[in-house]
Amino acid sequence: MGEATASQQGYWRLALLRLRANRAAVTSLTVLGLFALFCLVGPFLSPHAYDRVYPDYVREPASLESHPLPAQIQPAAERIAQRMRAKVEEASVKGDAVQLRLSAPRPVDERNLELFARSDLFGRPVVVERADEGRRLVLEVPIERQRFLFGTDSNGRDLMSRMMVAGRISLAVGLLASGVALLIGVVYGATSGYLGGVVDLALMRLVDVLYSLPFIFFVILLVTFLGRNFLLMFVAIGAVEWLDMARIVRGQTLSLKRQEFVQAAEALGVGTSDIIRHHIIPNLIGPVVVFVTLLVPKVILLESFLSFLGLGVQEPLTSLGVLISEGAKSIQGGAYLLIFPATMLIILLLALNFIGDGLRDALDPRDR
Amino acid sequence: MLAFLLRRTAAMVPTLLVIITLAFFLIRLAPGGPFDLDRPLDSATMANLKRVYGLDRSLPEQYLSYLRALVGGDFGPSLVIRDFSVGEIFARGLPVSIRIGGLALLLALIAGLGLGIAAALRRNRAVDYLVMTVATLGLSVPTFVTAPLFQLFFGLSLAWLPVGGWNDGAWRNTVLPVLTLALPQVAVIARLTRAAMIETLRAHHIRTLRAQGLGTATIVRHALRGALLPVLSYLGPAAAHLLTGSLVVETIFGLPGIGRYFIEGALSRDYTLVMGTVVVIALFVLIFNILVDLAYALLDPRVRHG
Repeated sequence: MGEATASQQGYWRLALLRLRANRAAVTSLTVLGLFALFCLVGPFLSPHAYDRVYPDYVREPASLESHPLPAQIQPAAERIAQRMRAKVEEASVKGDAVQLRLSAPRPVDERNLELFARSDLFGRPVVVERADEGRRLVLEVPIERQRFLFGTDSNGRDLMSRMMVAGRISLAVGLLASGVALLIGVVYGATSGYLGGVVDLALMRLVDVLYSLPFIFFVILLVTFLGRNFLLMFVAIGAVEWLDMARIVRGQTLSLKRQEFVQAAEALGVGTSDIIRHHIIPNLIGPVVVFVTLLVPKVILLESFLSFLGLGVQEPLTSLGVLISEGAKSIQGGAYLLIFPATMLIILLLALNFIGDGLRDALDPRDR
Repeated sequence: MLAFLLRRTAAMVPTLLVIITLAFFLIRLAPGGPFDLDRPLDSATMANLKRVYGLDRSLPEQYLSYLRALVGGDFGPSLVIRDFSVGEIFARGLPVSIRIGGLALLLALIAGLGLGIAAALRRNRAVDYLVMTVATLGLSVPTFVTAPLFQLFFGLSLAWLPVGGWNDGAWRNTVLPVLTLALPQVAVIARLTRAAMIETLRAHHIRTLRAQGLGTATIVRHALRGALLPVLSYLGPAAAHLLTGSLVVETIFGLPGIGRYFIEGALSRDYTLVMGTVVVIALFVLIFNILVDLAYALLDPRVRHG
């Protein structure tokens, strides 16, 4: 027993060493860590809530400059003044405030000054000077500075905050759906492989049949059944991705079953479920780990695909697929709406795939 | 060989039957129906519609009559796309999907095999790393990302190619969809070829060839025969799916193929359209699996004489 654990430890330590030597995998792990940090911590640091709509900043292109841009201030002030039935005679920007000189044919209703505060560009104005029974006003209007580093979408929401939330969804689906697929696939495959005979035949025929039905069929069915609950959607994705896992696990189990230690356990009268739990499943970990790391990008992709089709997460929540589909619809208006979320998805999937490849090489070094 | 073909074709029937049965009853399980509109129809109209399309009969009855029609090659009328039978829809769309998918398949095979062989021959060197990185990239970037990016760069920025549309199959309109479809397949085929080539290059018969001083071309030719086997087993289902159309590519590029009917049909509960698509896809998968097995027998004497 002691010897077995020692060699087990050696196996993992060796794998870790090999993984560390794989530059692509190590870089990818760092990238993945930064990605997770961006998505998990980012929303707390971001000044914009992901569902906050800025009606005055629709489709602002990505830029490092703070909004409102100097050119936007006067037109915006004029628009608001017009709604107050007044005209802007003069506007001068002084630091974080703008001084407006308004004139109107009739006295200005000062309750309407609230309109400034309600816009996304200005704060609550202070009346500096009144003249002509309120027909002439001098206002000191504070400017609210905002930054939209990645721009805003066609509803006027901050793209970066939305990407952070989308990334969270991707990470969550990656973990949850892979977990579901792992659970079903390992139990199903191990049972089928270990029991063998008629049970194996029946279980594997079922897998074959499910294989030849288009998988998207199930997803759509499950999504319509389960409604638009995104947690359940993750489960649905996992529930269609377990087939490969079941096959791999079954194949491994078949070869494990013939080994002496399993036969010894059988001879000692250990129950079937105990053998599967204590002897078969622990020995499957290597190939299963490799498969799961490659499954994670697959399910993330599937979720994005569903969301791209409009079957996934619903507004105001968002996912990379939704963002990409919105970006694809407006490539003529603003390419940044497509390029930022697309790059984010590509980075995530690339990192995960490199990690998966690295793990496979580390755990099963025959190929390299 | 003929006996093999006959046996495999006969074995298709029960598989197909199971698939059809499952799909038939599963889609009926989904809530809603094909005639549900935003403004509900009055009950008399609904009853009439259901009677016309035979949806008022019991499910087993409908199932049997569907099977009977299917044996005669009749997919039935579409329930949502008015005045079209499912057969007519396929007759229009399938050639488009097959053309795009076939070209993509060809491109993927040539590029994938070439890159895979190059990487295997220069293992752990610059070429290998480059190919593997490109392959991982191709694998990671989904078509719904590449398609709009291609549109943006080649269609809008450079204005070399049209952004979309079919235009009666003009070659300029097929370039971007074919590229988009082929890219992930190139990646998979390159990876599979590389791994299999590395394996076969270690085999004894290849060592013998090397010892005889034969050139790289001869060695590759001999090694490729063994290395093609895993590629082939991937190619069966992949070819079937490429040829039956891609929802994403056909929607984004606005092509009149059959790729979008599956999801459209499932969402609008167009039962006959969904069933038709399931049958067509399943047929393609099964037929290609047989073709793959045939190719296996041709390439691998162990299978032929086993």
